This record gives sequence, C-alpha cells and structure tokens, in this order.
Amino acid sequence: MAKTLFDKVWDAHVVQSIADGPQVVYIDKHFIHEVTTPQAFAGLDKRGIKVFRPKQTIATADHNVPTKDQLQPIREMLSRKQVDTLIQNCANHGIELYGLGHPFQGIVHVIGPQLGITQPGLTIVCGDSHTSTHGAFGAIAFGIGTSEVEQVLATQCILQTKPKKMRINVEGTLGKGVTAKDIILYIISKISTSGGTGYFVEYAGSAIRSLSMEARMTICNMSIEMGARGGVIAPDDTTFEYLRGREFAPQDFDAAVEKWKQLCTDADAVFDLEYTFAAADIEPMVTYGTNPAMGIGISEAIPSANDAGLEKALAYMGFEKGDSLLGKPVDYVFLGSCTNSRMEDLRAFCDIVKGKQKADNVTVWVVPGSKQVEQQAKAEGLDKILAEAGMELREPGCSACLGMNEDKIPAGKYCISTSNRNFEGRQGPGARTLLASPIMAAAAAITGKISDVRELI
Amino acid sequence: MEKFTTIQTTAVPLNIEDVDTDQIIPARFLKATTREGFGDNLFRDWRYNSDNTPKQDFVLNNPIYSGDILVVGKNFGCGSSREHAAWAIYDYGFKVVVSSFFADIFRNNALNNGLLPVVVSPDFLSSLFAAIRENPAAAIKVDLENQEITIVATGQKEKFDINSYKKTCLVNGYDDIDYLLSLKDQVEAFEQSR
Ligand code: SF4
Repeated sequence: MAKTLFDKVWDAHVVQSIADGPQVVYIDKHFIHEVTTPQAFAGLDKRGIKVFRPKQTIATADHNVPTKDQLQPIREMLSRKQVDTLIQNCANHGIELYGLGHPFQGIVHVIGPQLGITQPGLTIVCGDSHTSTHGAFGAIAFGIGTSEVEQVLATQCILQTKPKKMRINVEGTLGKGVTAKDIILYIISKISTSGGTGYFVEYAGSAIRSLSMEARMTICNMSIEMGARGGVIAPDDTTFEYLRGREFAPQDFDAAVEKWKQLCTDADAVFDLEYTFAAADIEPMVTYGTNPAMGIGISEAIPSANDAGLEKALAYMGFEKGDSLLGKPVDYVFLGSCTNSRMEDLRAFCDIVKGKQKADNVTVWVVPGSKQVEQQAKAEGLDKILAEAGMELREPGCSACLGMNEDKIPAGKYCISTSNRNFEGRQGPGARTLLASPIMAAAAAITGKISDVRELI
Repeated sequence: MEKFTTIQTTAVPLNIEDVDTDQIIPARFLKATTREGFGDNLFRDWRYNSDNTPKQDFVLNNPIYSGDILVVGKNFGCGSSREHAAWAIYDYGFKVVVSSFFADIFRNNALNNGLLPVVVSPDFLSSLFAAIRENPAAAIKVDLENQEITIVATGQKEKFDINSYKKTCLVNGYDDIDYLLSLKDQVEAFEQSR
C-alpha cells in the first residue's frame, strides 16, 4: 500500500500494537532539559530502576538559564535547584549533559540538529512541545509530557495513538522580505490554533523545497501552534548537505544518504486532509492578539468581527478592532528562541541593522540559540555590528521566549518577538507579545515601531 | 495513580475557548522538582492580581461554584506540553475536565495522571454551561464504566469515547510504565532486529 513519509518512519518503529489501544513506539533519540524531567527521574528512583538506554538520551540546560554571566551561579534559587537536579540525575544515570559552560550547550531544539544528532528517519521525543522542530529533517519528532518522559527513560518506548495525516503544500516563490516565519504564521492564521489537532503534518510544495534547513526548522517548529503533534519535511539534498560533516553525523555518510533517499511520500499515498497555499499571497506577518493564529499581513488591519475571544485578546493587547499595526511603538525587541535563533536568523537581522542605530525607545535582546551559534556569530563579527547599532549579543538560552528565567518583558510593555507564542503572560506577567520574523524584528529595532521591513531592503 | 470509576458532584464552569497551558500554570511556577503543590497556582494570573489579592470576578474565586468537575470551552490545554497543567488541575481537586475539544498533549497528560478528560458534543457542552448557570448546585454524574455523562436534574445524558486500554488503566489505577516495563524482552528483540 502507498505510504506517506510519516507512515514509513512511524511503522518502522512500532514494537507492538494494543488492540483498540495505543501502539508501543520505539524512540531513537530522547532530548531532555531541566524543567520537565525532575519528576520523571524521581519516578524512576521510586521504582528503583535505571535509565534503560542512557546513550540515546541527550541533556541540556536552557529554559531557566540566565543569558548574561552564565558561568556565575544562577541567582534565582529554584532555577538553580532545577539545573542542579538535572546535573545530578544525568550523572546518576550516565546521560551526556551539555550544561552551562559546555561548548555544545544551547536550546534543546537548536543543538540537536546543529550537532547532527537529529537525522532523517529517526523517532525523536522531548518533554517540550517544540520538539516538532526536528521534523525538518524527515524525523518523526514530537513533544511529550513528563509521565511520558519517564516511560522513555525507563523503556526507550512510548505509548501513542497514531495521529491522522495532513499535508500542507506551499507553492511558488516568496516575495521580497517574506520568510519561513511568515509562511508558518500565515498558515496558522488560516487554519487556527486547533486546525491541526489530531494530525501529523507534512509540509511540501516548491516554496518549502526551496527553503534552507534552518528555515525548514522554523516552519516545523511552529506545527504545534496549530495543534498538530508535529511536522515533517522529506529529506533531500539540502538536508544531506546540511548534515555532512557534523559532529554526530553517521560515519558512513554516503550509505546513510542512500537509505535516507527512500524517505518520501509515495506518489499515490492518501492524506486525511490537505491544504494548498500560494507563496505569492504571503506578506510579512505580525500577530495582534494572544494566540499565534491571531496574525495578519503587515498591510492588513486587525479584524473587526464580533467575537468574545478577539475582544478579550485586544483588551489585553491594548489594540482596537480595525486598527493597522504599522507605526505602533514597541518597547522591546527579542531575537531568539528555538524558532529563530540560528545563524541565518542572526545574519538576516544584522543585515538590516548594520550601520544603523537602534531607536531610543527600544531595548533589544539578541539571544543566540546555542554556544556554537554564539561563537560563530562572533567569528563573523556580528557581535560588533550589533554593538555599533547599540545592541547586545547575549548568551544562549530560551530567554524571553517564556517568563521563566531572568529575561522577562515588564507588564504592559510591547515586545516584537521572533519566538512562537504570544499567549497572555508568556513573556512575563502582563507582557504584550507581537510575533514576527527576524527581519521584521530588526526593522522595529531601528525604527522603534512596527514597520514594513520591505521598505528597508 | 488513583482508581477512577464514577463520580457525582457539582461543577465549576470556565466558559473560555482556547485556554492554553501558559494560563493554566504560568512558566514561572514550573520550577518545582516534585509533582505536588501546583494547585495553588492553577490559573494564577486569572485568579490573582499582581499583589496576590484574589480577582473577584474569576470563577475559582466565586464561592457559589465548587465540585470535582471542571467544565471548559473548546480547544482546552493548547500550547506548551507541560504536564504541570494536568498536575495543577488535579492537585486543585478536579477529577474530570469536560470540553468539546482538547489539545492532544494535554489530553494524554491528563489521562496519565488519573484526570479524566471527557469530550462532549458542542450542544451538550452548552447544556452543561446552561444547567450550571441556572443552578450552581446542579449535580453532574460521570460514569466511566458506562462512558456516560449525565446532568442529574434533567436526566440529559451523553456517551463519551475513551479507548479501552486507557479506560482499563484508569479503572484499575495502572500506569503506562508498568505496562511498558512488562514488554522489556520484546523491546530488546526489536532492537536486535534492526
Ligand atoms: S525557546 Fe521557547 S519554545 Fe523553544 S524550547 Fe525554549 S521555551 Fe520552549
């Protein structure tokens, strides 16, 4: 029977199917971080068992970490305790930890691909919903809860019901100033935050094929924002060239590539649901509300529908129905998060701000996704470009993506952010988030207000 | 995990759609290393002002509503995968959450912690909200064995779905890890076969 890429990878990992129940799925790689694991390790300890396959789990510290003076002890007591607990658990169970100070440390979804741990055809999980990022390589990757983290630590397997299949095609050529971030914000604005619930999505079409690996990761990263379990993109030469020579790429690389080439959806495979969008219809996007589907093209106006959810969101954001976002002043600019903190994001941002000055009314945080990105950015002189523009390159971590570490946006302030969630209080209690691409963030950093980046390039 | 069979209690209505897990439990409260105590911060920023005084208009602060059942608008639990959201709801004292639609990961997390997510039709959800609005003391019965939810006063009822494996786990208080650990030989054989 004709199979989708998702079927091929999933079916190859089923250890057992329970009648009228879930399947037992084998997990190749398990990423862990400090926030969603302490209770899972405590569960193992309580049962008196050890991690089953410690070599298949990789740990890092990212959510709680400061992005300045990282080698100093973490000031906030509870954060420090969580990071210390991770260190101890990894030591107890023989798990490799890329903790603070390690040259591979960084946001869990940035380091996996960058180190070549993320590869086509693997099953990958992590106690974090943006695990979908790794799907950009043709891996089946999805976020799980802490009880499931414990399952994987204990048995390298997880009980899951196989999701339905959706394909989203984006065809054609992207306009000037339109990026992968705009594609995914556009898709979510069309199909809503629950439109993908119950599905695993494959992204396809000429516009997707033409994207770099880093851009593909941005797309897959936000699959969860439409409710989908994950997103995949079939591996191709772009994927193989990205992986070649990376730290943990397969030894016999060419043989691996031959195998990976089989990982594509058969021509006559059937999806439960399919959408097609035209790349030419997509503009630079910005969100105006309190979920990622509340986004508009920069030349559009905030909707005026009679809708309680919209009214609640606009009251929180301090916007009016029918308003344009253009020209709205912002207080903070955040370039970072597992959605947009890789080299291409930093380069694109710096291309815009180079030789210009940050607006006086904004605070700008540029937070690399990993230590390796930070080092590379410095090697390319991006830190200097930023410094000359009055901005600062910080140290890697989740930072202002979620109000958990020291980098919080104050109540009532507006932040244009390259992260993935604009929920109430996500960046700090009362913070108001506008999601956008790195170059739209750069435009706001220079002008101090929401601006159309196409006028700056 | 505690066993679940049937409960009959009053319910707390939270008629808001697309409630994300950042609202259920904000990230700054995820720093604990145990599962207990999250109930205190359930819906923290909707429940309390920044000076920690309760917001009078939020439903959990309204003494006329109580019970072990939380009734919520559609697409409940979207966003972050944090299991802390399920822990917080359970720790607060709820045993059942009723909605017309749950986000996937939240639903799994709830089931893994003995918190029963009951999916009802949009019409039945409206009837539930109406019944509670009319009489906050209205009893709701959730019967897992027969997969049935009933508004006791009117007798209006609806069947709900749950896969039989999960149902068995809940009724007996088993968790998935017990089951997976029993498959160890099979897992090893699978590894060998690749
Ligand atoms: S950067 Fe944000 S979304 Fe990504 S893992 Fe960290 S907290 Fe989660």
